Amino acid sequence: MAGDRKLWGLVAEFRSADDLIRGAAAVREAGYTRWDAHAPFPVHGLDDAMGIKSTILPWLVLGAGLTGCSLGFLMQWWMNAVDYRFVIGGKPFNSLPTDIPVMFEVTVLFAALTAFSAMIILNGLPRLAHPLLRNARFRRATDDAFFISIEASDPRFDVAETEQLLRASGGTLVEWVEA
Amino acid sequence: MGVAAIDRRDVRDNLGDDPGRRAPLVLGKHDNATITDKVCRIVEMPKPPKAWYVAFGIALTVTGVLGAMLAYLISTGVGVWGLNKPIAWGFDITNFVFWVGIGHAGTLISAILYLFRQNWRTGINRFAEAMTIFAVICAGMFPGIHTGRAWLDYWLFPLPNQMAMWPNFRSPLLWDVFAVSTYMTVSICFWYMGMIPDLATIRDRTTSKLKGAIYGIFALGWRGSNRHWHRYERAYLLLAAIATPLVLSVHSVVSFDFATSMMPGWHATIFPPYFVAGAIFGGFAMVLVLAVPCRQWFGLKDLITPRHLENMCKILLATGMMVGYAYAIEFFISWYSGNPAEGFVFINRAFGPYAWAYWTMVFCNVATPQVFWSRRARQNPWIIFGVAICVNVGMWFERFVIIVTSLHRDFLPSSWNMYFPTWVEVTTLVGSFGLFFTLFLLFLRFLPMVAMAEVKAVLQKQHHEAR
Repeated sequence: MAGDRKLWGLVAEFRSADDLIRGAAAVREAGYTRWDAHAPFPVHGLDDAMGIKSTILPWLVLGAGLTGCSLGFLMQWWMNAVDYRFVIGGKPFNSLPTDIPVMFEVTVLFAALTAFSAMIILNGLPRLAHPLLRNARFRRATDDAFFISIEASDPRFDVAETEQLLRASGGTLVEWVEA
Repeated sequence: MGVAAIDRRDVRDNLGDDPGRRAPLVLGKHDNATITDKVCRIVEMPKPPKAWYVAFGIALTVTGVLGAMLAYLISTGVGVWGLNKPIAWGFDITNFVFWVGIGHAGTLISAILYLFRQNWRTGINRFAEAMTIFAVICAGMFPGIHTGRAWLDYWLFPLPNQMAMWPNFRSPLLWDVFAVSTYMTVSICFWYMGMIPDLATIRDRTTSKLKGAIYGIFALGWRGSNRHWHRYERAYLLLAAIATPLVLSVHSVVSFDFATSMMPGWHATIFPPYFVAGAIFGGFAMVLVLAVPCRQWFGLKDLITPRHLENMCKILLATGMMVGYAYAIEFFISWYSGNPAEGFVFINRAFGPYAWAYWTMVFCNVATPQVFWSRRARQNPWIIFGVAICVNVGMWFERFVIIVTSLHRDFLPSSWNMYFPTWVEVTTLVGSFGLFFTLFLLFLRFLPMVAMAEVKAVLQKQHHEAR
C-alpha cells in the first residue's frame, strides 16, 4: 500500500456470473455485512446468494401514488368547486367522472418520480467519486467482469483472513483498495 | 459451454420457428466484452462518419426553418395559417396527434413488452425510447403554438395568476395537458434510468478527462453493485407497470379531445382504443424507419437481428388490421345509429372533396401492411422500410381526415368551407421532422443506442440455455 492512505477494503475478481454467485454465498456465510458484489448486469440468483432483503421501494411508490391520487382530486375539487366556481355546459362544479383522467395522471406522475428518485436515494447515489472507481481493473465491472468487494469497516474484516476467504471462494487477483 | 455450444445455424440467423427451441436474440459469437465494444465504439469514434455530418447538417437546417416559421407565426398571429370557420383545427392538431402517436412505441416497447417478458425488446428499446421523447417534444410544440398567444400558454397549467382564475378541469383539452406532460416526464425518467448503467460503461472506458467527467456526472456513480441492481430492477419493474396504463391513457385522452365533442365523425365511443391501436401502429412504423438504416450503418445487425424486424412487422400487420377494423366499424355505426349528420359525414369522407386523403389513408394503413403476411417481405429490409414509410404517411393522413373532414361539413350547410394549408403550415410540418432528426442524430452520436446491460443479461440466459 502506497503512502499513508487508509485501506478502504479488498476487491476480488471472479471469472463468471456463476463463480460470483458461489463467491457471494461463501462471503455471506462467513458473516460479513459490509460487502457487495458487482456485475455489468443484474445476475439472476445473486440476490438470494447475498441474502439481500427486499427493498421498501415498492411501498414508497404505493404511498406516492395514493398521495398523488388524493392531491389530484383535492386540486380539482378546490379549484373548480370552491375557489373559482363557474358554470360551463351546465356541468356540476364538482364532477367525479371528469376528475378521473387528471387524478390518474397525477397518480402516475407521483409514483413514477418516486420510483426513480427512491432508487437513486436508497442506493446512496448520486456520488461523484468512490474508492472502487479509482481502481483501474474495477472499471471492467461495467463491461464484462465480476467482482466482490469487502469494506475494511466490516467488523469481521481482517486483511489476511478476508483475502484468504476471497481466494478460497473462487476470487482471483485480490487487490487492496485505498480510501 | 457458452457460445460454442449454440447451434451453428443460430449464429447466422434466428428466424427458425421450432417451438422447442428458443431463438437466440444475439447473433454471432458475442460475449459481454464484444457487446460493450460494439455499442460503445459508436460513441467513442473520434469523428462520426461523413454521412452523419451530412444528415446532421440537413436536419439542423430544417430545424432552423422551423425556428423561422415559429418566429413568423408568433410575431404575426395564427392568421398566417389557413385555418378558418369552421375549420379551427388543421395541420397544427393533425401534427400534434401524429407526433404523440409516434411517441407511443418507445414506452410500449420498454414497458408493455417488459411486463410480458418479451426479451427481444432489449435490442431496440433504447432508441425507441429516445424516439418517443423526441416525438413528444415535437408533439408538445403544436398545441403550444396553436393557441395564438403562445406567451400565455402558462394559463394551461394550474398556476396561481393575477386574474385569480383556475383552469377548467371539466374539459378534455386540459386532461390532455396533464396526460402529455406526465407522459413526457415519465418517459424521460424511464429512458434515463435505463441508461445509467450504460453511461457508467462509457465513463469507465473513456480515456478523456472531460468525457469521463461528463459521463461520470450523468452515470451518478454507478458501479454495478448488486445491492443497487436489486433496487434498480424493482424500480424499473414498477416504472414499467406504471407506464403501461399511462401509454394507453395518453392516446385515449387525446381521443377524448374529439370523442367528447358533438361533432359528427368525432362523437364515437370507439375512439380511445382506435387511437391507441393507431398510435402503436404508427410508432412501430417509425421505429422501423429508424432501425433499418441504423443497424446497417452502425454494424448492429447482431443485436438488432432479422427476428427483431420480423416481430415488429408482425405487430404492424396486427395493429394495421385493428385500425382497418376501426375504419369499418365507424362506417357501420354511422349507418346503424340512424343519425343523418353522422351518416353524411362518413359518405362525405369517402366520396367528398377530401376523398383523396381518405383513400390515401386506407391504402397506406390497411392495404400496404398486408404484404407482411409473406415471410419474404418481413425479411427484406427494403420492403420493411418502404411499408414503414407508407404507414407513417397513412397515419398522418388518418389524423388529417378525422380532423378536417369532420370540421369542414358542420351541422349547418351555411358554414361549410374548405381548408387548405398555407406554405407556413407545410414548412412547419417539415420543420418538425428537422427537429426530430436533429435530436435523434445527437442521440446516436453521444449516447449508447443499445441497452448494453440488458443485452448482456439476455446473452447470459442464452448461454445458459445453450449448455
